[in-house]
Amino acid sequence: MNFGKQLKEGLLTQNPVLVQLLGMCSTLAITTSITNGIGMGVAVIVILTLSNIFISLLRKIIPNQVRIAAYIVVIAGFVTMVDLLLQAYFQDLAASLGVFIPLIVVNCIILGRAESFASKNGVLASAVDGICQGLGYTAVLLIVSAVRELLGSGKLAGITIFPAEYGASMMILPVGGFLVLGALIALMQWALNKTGKGGK
Amino acid sequence: MDYRDLNLTGSSSPHIRSKDGTAHLMGEVMLALLPALAFGVFNFGLKALVNAAVSVVACCAFEWLYRKAMKKNNTVGDLSAAVTGMLIAFVCPVTIPYWILVIGDFFAIVVVKQLFGGIGKNFLNPALAARAFMLSWAGAMTTWAVPRTSVPLWGAADVATGATPMYMLHENNLAGLMEQYSLKDMFIGLIGGSMGEVSALCLILGGLFLLYRKVITWCIPVSYIGTVAVLTFLFPRGNDPVTWMLYNLLGGGLMLGAFFMATDYVTSPVSKRGQAIFGVGCGLITVFIRYFGSYSEGVCYAILLMNLTVWLIDRNIKPARFGVVKAGKSKEKEAAAK
Repeated sequence: MNFGKQLKEGLLTQNPVLVQLLGMCSTLAITTSITNGIGMGVAVIVILTLSNIFISLLRKIIPNQVRIAAYIVVIAGFVTMVDLLLQAYFQDLAASLGVFIPLIVVNCIILGRAESFASKNGVLASAVDGICQGLGYTAVLLIVSAVRELLGSGKLAGITIFPAEYGASMMILPVGGFLVLGALIALMQWALNKTGKGGK
Repeated sequence: MDYRDLNLTGSSSPHIRSKDGTAHLMGEVMLALLPALAFGVFNFGLKALVNAAVSVVACCAFEWLYRKAMKKNNTVGDLSAAVTGMLIAFVCPVTIPYWILVIGDFFAIVVVKQLFGGIGKNFLNPALAARAFMLSWAGAMTTWAVPRTSVPLWGAADVATGATPMYMLHENNLAGLMEQYSLKDMFIGLIGGSMGEVSALCLILGGLFLLYRKVITWCIPVSYIGTVAVLTFLFPRGNDPVTWMLYNLLGGGLMLGAFFMATDYVTSPVSKRGQAIFGVGCGLITVFIRYFGSYSEGVCYAILLMNLTVWLIDRNIKPARFGVVKAGKSKEKEAAAK
């Protein structure tokens, strides 16, 4: 077990969004403000870690033929818990994330890690993997949402940097998400190729 | 006498070269845009010229800086960036603040053109994509000075503004429009609107010049304008199809789009049949947006949407290769020979 290596993979060389290209839908949709980004990121870290732990615990019991369905049941359980908790204690955040919290059930990052990591590794390693991959996802959400919020509405985490009328509202609209995420993926690939860790 | 004293240059063929490089073609396009620019200055004052200058300089600067920063051969000399800059100034209201113009130039050159590989690789028309992005500042992009005003170079708060003909057509107010602007005003360009789109006369002159110099072919402009003409004539709003059609043809950005933007080499199909399909598609979408959309003008989005279909058109409409006989025909020939 190598915490440093797993952390580096989650944040950089195997970043779930920028390298594995998973979880793009929620990345594009909810990154209109930093608050949204942090909220979504924390929700995914919690769900990913818990579902990784449980799937790792159950990995010898779940029959191979129905494993995807079993994973979904486990994930959906945790998503429902997080969803209800958000609605109870963070109503504004729950309202602005809307349908994207329930949609974490079908978020490819969580299913992907269950299939490719938790079902093959021990409990502790799976928990660490969940945290590291979740942090990688959250880091991307933070960068994308910071750029979009700043350029789009002139704010950072709700604090006004410049007047909103100078902001490019296109950056808040879907097109801004595609532009920023595309640029970030390109930057990441360039950096990985430059350091010789591109792989393919 | 030594042959080395002769002033001869040894080279392999070709020995005679056409001067039709990119720079030459783009220079012709610039030349064709000048009448409309002059009319813009006549209609809206000196700020039209300053806008164009700012935009051209900014586009060239972004192109040069990006190529320099990426250590690639510099393409600023082929004038394509200058044409993009000119067109961006053309599709904006004259009252546009300079900083929005420069952001639009940045978007066109760096995001739309260079990030995809530079000239020849962009899949959208840079000027129109920039316009779509600049609608971020919707207020500034829809403040239309009335014709024959002198817009001040700085601060346009006290400029008299009014609805453009397209707004009035969108509200089905043809009678009001005919009262405000006669067909002659519409043709000459004494109307409100974007700086370079107002004068149908100057744009048609420029377009004919490009056709005469064979910089563009007739396929796209004719199919585009023709489609709009037929549709608006067949489905007029009101009892006067001819007047309705003429106002629809002369108002908005149709002439500018059909002659100067839909014909962009990079973002239009290569074959003649493909170009006709492209033009008809542009016309259909333009009329649909004008009739049923929430925007009053659809040229920009029509061309952008059709830009996205160019690969599809080009893949399916392949011109017959030289010397290749169609499968069916060759069988017929064989049968005939037997």
